[in-house]
Amino acid sequence: MMAENGKDEAAAGSDGESSLTVERDSNLLRRMEICVAEAEKRSGKNAIGMQETFTVYLIETRSADAAAEGRAQPPDSVWRRYSEFELLRAYLILTYPFFVAPPLPEKRAEFVWHKLSADNMDPDFVERRRIGLENFLLRVASHPGLSNDKILYRFLTEEACWKEAVYETGFQDKADSRLRAFGATFRVRSPQKCFIDMKQYSEELQSHTSQLLRARARVADRVYAVYKVHGNYGRVFSEWSGVEKVMGDGLQSAGHHMDSYAASIDEILEEEEHYADQLKEYLCYAEALRAVCRKHELTQFELETASQDLVSKKQQRDELATGMVRTFSFKGVTNKLFGQEAPEQREARLTMLDELIAEAEDSVTVKTAEREEHVQKAWADILRFKEEKDRDLREALLSYAAMQINMCKKGMQVWSNTRESFLKM
Amino acid sequence: MSGHTVSADISGHMLDLDEDEDLEVFSKNTSLTDEGPVPNSPSSMVNQYRLEDDEDQQDTSAKDLFISVEDPESHITAIETYIMYRVVTKTTRSDFDSSEFEVRRRYQDFLWLRSKLEEIHPTLIVHPLPEKFVMKGMVERFNDDFIETRRKALQRFLSRISEHPVLSHSQHFKVFLTAQLQLLDETFLFSMSYFQACSRMGETMRAMANSVRGVKNRPEEFDVLQDYVENFSNKISSVDKVTQRIIKEQREYLDELRQYSSTYSQWAESEENLCEPLKGVASCAERCCNETEEQIQHLSEVLVPALHEYVLCAETLKAVMRRRDNIQAEFEVKSDTLASRKSDLDALQDEVDELADRMEKSNSALQLDCSRWRNTMRADLKAAFVSSAEKNVEYYEKCLAVWESFLVSQRGESISQRD
Repeated sequence: MMAENGKDEAAAGSDGESSLTVERDSNLLRRMEICVAEAEKRSGKNAIGMQETFTVYLIETRSADAAAEGRAQPPDSVWRRYSEFELLRAYLILTYPFFVAPPLPEKRAEFVWHKLSADNMDPDFVERRRIGLENFLLRVASHPGLSNDKILYRFLTEEACWKEAVYETGFQDKADSRLRAFGATFRVRSPQKCFIDMKQYSEELQSHTSQLLRARARVADRVYAVYKVHGNYGRVFSEWSGVEKVMGDGLQSAGHHMDSYAASIDEILEEEEHYADQLKEYLCYAEALRAVCRKHELTQFELETASQDLVSKKQQRDELATGMVRTFSFKGVTNKLFGQEAPEQREARLTMLDELIAEAEDSVTVKTAEREEHVQKAWADILRFKEEKDRDLREALLSYAAMQINMCKKGMQVWSNTRESFLKM
Repeated sequence: MSGHTVSADISGHMLDLDEDEDLEVFSKNTSLTDEGPVPNSPSSMVNQYRLEDDEDQQDTSAKDLFISVEDPESHITAIETYIMYRVVTKTTRSDFDSSEFEVRRRYQDFLWLRSKLEEIHPTLIVHPLPEKFVMKGMVERFNDDFIETRRKALQRFLSRISEHPVLSHSQHFKVFLTAQLQLLDETFLFSMSYFQACSRMGETMRAMANSVRGVKNRPEEFDVLQDYVENFSNKISSVDKVTQRIIKEQREYLDELRQYSSTYSQWAESEENLCEPLKGVASCAERCCNETEEQIQHLSEVLVPALHEYVLCAETLKAVMRRRDNIQAEFEVKSDTLASRKSDLDALQDEVDELADRMEKSNSALQLDCSRWRNTMRADLKAAFVSSAEKNVEYYEKCLAVWESFLVSQRGESISQRD
């Protein structure tokens, strides 16, 4: 359950800009119109020198002012392939680990019902991917935190050299080791409850959307079969009409209607894929949300570790200074066995410990700041995400209802016509 | 001839009627020699035919015989278990002793009646009975749905016979409807019927043998009819198969739709603002499930039985065509014998004349009955198809209403949220 109450600590002090509504006229999108206009097939040699075919997408940008003033300005354009979008997203995730990264369309066709092509080159797939890529850019460009990123801007405007520029940022170095991140989840002591709840929610969202997508694909399969079997009526009625005198006309026209009924399902289901795509966006978003929550666990854990480290070093110094061994240490044991060390040695060690303590204190300060920054920005973005999700998914559900209505209207039409034909029998 | 079955409740009086000569006497006005008391011309016979959507709605203007099959009851004996049906007849015909009759009959009695009718009128089209067993679907014989389907089909059978200008005046039909028969010793009846069946079987074999010899000059009209019968049989079987397949696919769709609906409900539980629209979609899907179920049921109850009956009719038509061919073959054989024999010409000539006469009457009876049958078939199937199409329109209308009300409630809510 999404926890509303947990935001008390986090939201305090979040600036008004990183809040609720994603408006088209904020930040980059205010200054610039962006669209993914076309897709094209290209051939080239890949990294290991083999010939491959791939699709590139045309990103067109235009100054928003020009459009507003009615100036006919040709758009700037840049061709990008899917892998470059992936690179951009990876960069954004690592550079801004407190933002819920907008989703890309799926890499491979999943939740496919059997007649739907799973081929990445299929024109319908390419078209839906184009739309998905455009949605990604629009979301990023209207995100208050992300939209001002330079790399993003260069992605949209500089076709050559962009890749080098991304790698030059060294963003890959920010990747957390899997092991560290994994361990943090189990060993962190006091993560904020709101983040824990949100992580739980993200897992539920992921599970529900994928179950729904799977069930929808199965239903699509079944509906397809029902409609197509009616095509057999078309064939048989047509043949039968040749044999009958009085019934012939009625049967013949009924047969035609059955043929068109059978054919109508293809378009209906193709349209429904757009609905599935919207759900898939939130499947992807759920993972991004979870990543942000786990990042919180990690920053919290690192802070706890640093604090713990500081405490233990201070303790060591205390023991060394006062001679009182409060806790077990090998030094204590060896002191007992071999006698205490010489005063000069003690001084040296005290000095070293003081330095270490200073470092540890710095570390705690840094880690605290990191954690704080993450908490503030992440929680604000999570609230923004939540609103966007509620809006988007609600619209998706309504558009799904509209699709069903459309399908029913078509069905009514066909069967009315068929009935008329039967009456002529 | 079709298999003769054991009828457990035949009285001595009934056995007498099995003599063909007696029957010929009784039924002289109605079978081959006379087209019967009802109008002769095909067009007036066609006019007797009204569009009947439902076998229960019986058009009152031309009918004087109303039959219903009711109240199936289980009977358990030492040897077997069977169902008895009550057959209620109401009539204004003068040749019936009373205006109302009520008797109890079982499936085998119907089989007996039908085989008698086919025997006496080999080239008339006798409506088929529902099948003895239903193999597919593993329906138990005494399952309620099966019994109800069978009851309806038996009623339709009797109704069709009662509407037939010739068959409805058959003595056997009258006896079936009216005779209060007592159950006699079953083993005695079994052996009597068995002997009769054997003797009939001999006749049947001879008739079949004639047909193997083949007909030499089948009149063109019957060639055309033969073609039609074969084509019709193919097409109606195909339509039947397609319909069964549609029902199967619809059932699988229904199963998946139910599961699909529940994924929305489950998701709604972990959402706040989205809870309501998600539940809304779940409920819409569920209601569409109910509509789908109704639609499947309608198909099963209206279209499938109608198609099935005409699949059986197609078989009947083929048998009728074979019998007509046999009659012609018999005539041709005797005719040839006449042409080659020099002596005994008079006797042979009489025989040949008789056979020629029989053949001509059979042919015209068949032609007439065929065009009558085609009109009935057209009316029946048209009604079944129209009803199915209407049901489909209704199905989509209802689903449309469900989704529209969801949209309206959501959009209305969003407007009020903004205010």
